[in-house]
Amino acid sequence: MKRLRFNQQEIVFAVFALLFLAFSIFLRGFLTPENMLTLLQNVAVLGILGLAMAIVVIGRGIDISLIAALAVPPGLVLQMVQNGHSLPASLLVAVLLTIAFGLVNGWLIAYAEVPSLFATLATGLLLAGLGQAALFQLDVVQWSDGMKGFERLGQGTILGIPTSIVMFAIACVVVAFLLRQTRWGAYIYAIGDNPYAARVTGIPSRPIIVLQYVVAALIGCFAGLVMAASVNSMPTRIFNSTLIYDVILVVVLGGIGLSGGRGGVLNVVIGTLLIGTMLNGMTIMDISYAGQNLVKGVVLLLAVITDSFLNPRNEETAQQGDI
Amino acid sequence: MRDTLTSLRYRYWPDHLLGEILSKRWTETAIPVILLLIVGFALSRSIDHFLSPASLADTARQAGEIGFIGLGMALVVIVGGIDLSVGSIFALTDFCALYLLDVLNWPVPAVVVATLACGALLGAVNGVLIGYLRLRAFITTLITLIIYRSAFDLLIQRYSNSIAAAFPDIPSWNFIGGGDVFGIPSVALVYVAIAIFGHIFMTRLRPGWHITAIGGSRRSAYNSGIPVRRTIALCYVASGVLTSIAALFFAARLGTVGGDIGVGLEVIVLTATVLGGITLGGGKGSVAKSLVGVLIVLLITNGLTTLNARGGINRMALAGILLVAAMVDIRWQKNRTRIISKVYVAPTYHALPPPPATEIGQGGPFEQNDKLRDVELIGLGRIEAPEDVILDRNNNLYAGSRHGDIMRFFAPDYQRMEVFAHIGGQPLGMAFDRQDNLYVCIGGMGLYRIKPDGTVEKATDETNRSMHSVNDDSRLRLADDLDITDDGLIFFSEATVRYEMDEWPIDGLEARGNGRIICYDTKTGATHTALRGLKFPNGICVASDGQSILFAETFGCSIKRLWFAGPKKGQVEVVMDNLPGYPDNINLASDGNYWLALVGMRSPSLDLAWKMPGFRRRMAKRVPVDEWLFPNINTGCVVKFNEQGKILESFWDLRGENHPMITSMREHRGYLYLGGIMNNRIGRYKLENADPNFVQYDKRWGKLS
Repeated sequence: MKRLRFNQQEIVFAVFALLFLAFSIFLRGFLTPENMLTLLQNVAVLGILGLAMAIVVIGRGIDISLIAALAVPPGLVLQMVQNGHSLPASLLVAVLLTIAFGLVNGWLIAYAEVPSLFATLATGLLLAGLGQAALFQLDVVQWSDGMKGFERLGQGTILGIPTSIVMFAIACVVVAFLLRQTRWGAYIYAIGDNPYAARVTGIPSRPIIVLQYVVAALIGCFAGLVMAASVNSMPTRIFNSTLIYDVILVVVLGGIGLSGGRGGVLNVVIGTLLIGTMLNGMTIMDISYAGQNLVKGVVLLLAVITDSFLNPRNEETAQQGDI
Repeated sequence: MRDTLTSLRYRYWPDHLLGEILSKRWTETAIPVILLLIVGFALSRSIDHFLSPASLADTARQAGEIGFIGLGMALVVIVGGIDLSVGSIFALTDFCALYLLDVLNWPVPAVVVATLACGALLGAVNGVLIGYLRLRAFITTLITLIIYRSAFDLLIQRYSNSIAAAFPDIPSWNFIGGGDVFGIPSVALVYVAIAIFGHIFMTRLRPGWHITAIGGSRRSAYNSGIPVRRTIALCYVASGVLTSIAALFFAARLGTVGGDIGVGLEVIVLTATVLGGITLGGGKGSVAKSLVGVLIVLLITNGLTTLNARGGINRMALAGILLVAAMVDIRWQKNRTRIISKVYVAPTYHALPPPPATEIGQGGPFEQNDKLRDVELIGLGRIEAPEDVILDRNNNLYAGSRHGDIMRFFAPDYQRMEVFAHIGGQPLGMAFDRQDNLYVCIGGMGLYRIKPDGTVEKATDETNRSMHSVNDDSRLRLADDLDITDDGLIFFSEATVRYEMDEWPIDGLEARGNGRIICYDTKTGATHTALRGLKFPNGICVASDGQSILFAETFGCSIKRLWFAGPKKGQVEVVMDNLPGYPDNINLASDGNYWLALVGMRSPSLDLAWKMPGFRRRMAKRVPVDEWLFPNINTGCVVKFNEQGKILESFWDLRGENHPMITSMREHRGYLYLGGIMNNRIGRYKLENADPNFVQYDKRWGKLS
């Protein structure tokens, strides 16, 4: 008899479905088209960041510096426009900064062989510190007249759908294409699955790893632009928040294992939906921010524990240094 | 002139120290310590009063608090995990202490106990999840970070006003927060006490070793029966308790519960841990490393704050240092063994005059012949690597084997063979004492004694440590050959203190006096080093006068005499030098002279290379080990020499097919028994004109009546 086994993705999806069902039945005003759109809108930025994180995690890495990439280059755009530079020039500078940042990350991880957790922890601090010390005059960089028109990236609707959701969808399609349809994507899966085997096979693993971090940083920057456009400013102190932990949770809960080589865009979408549903439902129930976090944490913990019961790891197969 | 300069340079410049220092484990801690000194020096130059007592006490207070959390993080990282929830645990336990004290008005001791229990509980949640349920440490502590933080946020929303309104004035509480003993803050004292305990715990106690073992290889630890799950769980509990200690001191010092307490603390502590050199992934780390890391981080952040640097600069400095430290650490871990193996070999100058002639037709005592061509073979294919052979008074033959056994061949025909004793290491030189005990030098293990019934006992495996050596030379690395004096002193040679047994040719390339002669007293059981600085001392034989020993220096190509008694006690005299080969074991001959085995003959290439230390160093650095010069051990011979060092006779085997190499020989009842460390056989050669009743045992200890 075939044993019934679930993977984490299915468990999380089941949790999501249950939550959604429960909220739909018991919460007045949850299952309305308006609320559904609000729900998605609120998690769009988180979802885009989740895609960036997914690319890195699939390649057996982690990128703690995403929030810095989210905050600093877009903040630089706003600041430069405020100081009188043209929007295209500012965007170009920001993109170059992002690419340079991704290259530094990638070089540290691929060539200097610093564990990705530490490399990105440090480079994130470095970039955030750079923004704080040299680039921005205030913690919150305000929208200026020169940015006119750019706010459409995060506000308004396209064909009746809020723009930020469209942006998330575009990002999903692009990342899915990269991962599934290009050789580069296949290489990422190979490296994440078994880096040594990938290297022996002749895959240029180091350049591919560098590329991962550059792409992740660019997606992070894109998420930052969408966010800035939707709130008409860039609160650079967001770096101090626990947003990065939410991003990791989206990815891991969605079923992209931290040991790499598994998962895809669908997992990010599921993870994002779960978080989005929970947050939205609790907002309707008028639970405080801290209370929401508490509930979120407990639910996540339960999901991870359930996973460990259904798919146990043991001392024989656990990887060394696999934290 | 040039040779003189080279010889002086290599005699007095200690080349070998670099490799020995680098191969010490403490050099890993040295890098962060040097960084700490640099940071401390730079800050003391740029900030006034940086080293004033008040400023130092303030730093010590903060260092103590972060230090506790650093210890917890170090423990968890060493066991192979990570604890991101320390910041939130810190906040929660801080709240717990202040709530109990200010709102519920508990007495201070109860508050302390309850707070520690609270920390243990919060840590236990992590521990159960990660240890027993085997969740991933990173993701689990990430989730508990969020849960604990939101719990804290909920709690302070309700109670922060009542806590802020209370001003407890309890002496013991104030002492925890701001008290000091002789100017040393209370927190620093507690930290020192716990750090000392932690050091002993990690380095000397069984649970500490378990922790390191699990971090080093979880699978092996599990398979060797270590309670992996419980140990891991307890590490997280300990991390929680240590964090709550820090929170107690913090609560007593500041008495506030601001919303951002402990936010980002995990990053600071993690930075400190990595800076100190505690390797992520587990298995390596120490209390000292944790302390050094915390001090570096704290000095930098405090220094930059004092210098009025903007917050961003502070962050960048921290991040930059974290990156550089991680890179240096990783490069070092990765290339350590390679670097050490390159710099460890430190050749020195060793000049020998041209060797005496050995070719046929040249005459002289070493003139080659073919006497050993047709030696009888014993145990062909049944024994491996008999370095030394010996016969007891009942004519039985003993030889060591590569597998760590002493084999016994029974007289009279030596066909029957048995394992006399199993020791485990490769037996080298052997000698019988007066009570029929067989003493054996075991390479890598020391001096062992085998009783007549075959039981094995360790005689000694250590000697006194010399004051000036960097390598720990108290352990015996390569005990080689021995002999026993009438008074029961055992003199044995240790060929080298710098290399293991399988690396003996490298010691020959180095040609440094790395060996020594050690004396073990069978009466007192004491061991001491009799003579050091010898070039691969090998064979040892008590001379006929009973007051001196003869010993061979293999790579010194000489035989020397050391007086251990009589008027010349302690003196060393050269008996023979500039031998044409590398001398090995020495033994008594029936006519009162001595047998000497030459394990190999000198070659012009190595003789020349010995005069060119720079050449050999370049070779060691640039050429793989397999392609290094190797002393010739293919051809050798047995010679007989007398008390004055005159060669009387030599025995050669021109073809080297029947009995390929010779490391030792033993005369017994008119025959010469030959051993060779690379051979799978023992040779037996009938001597002309030898005393047919000569038994070495009887000669040394008297005939059995």
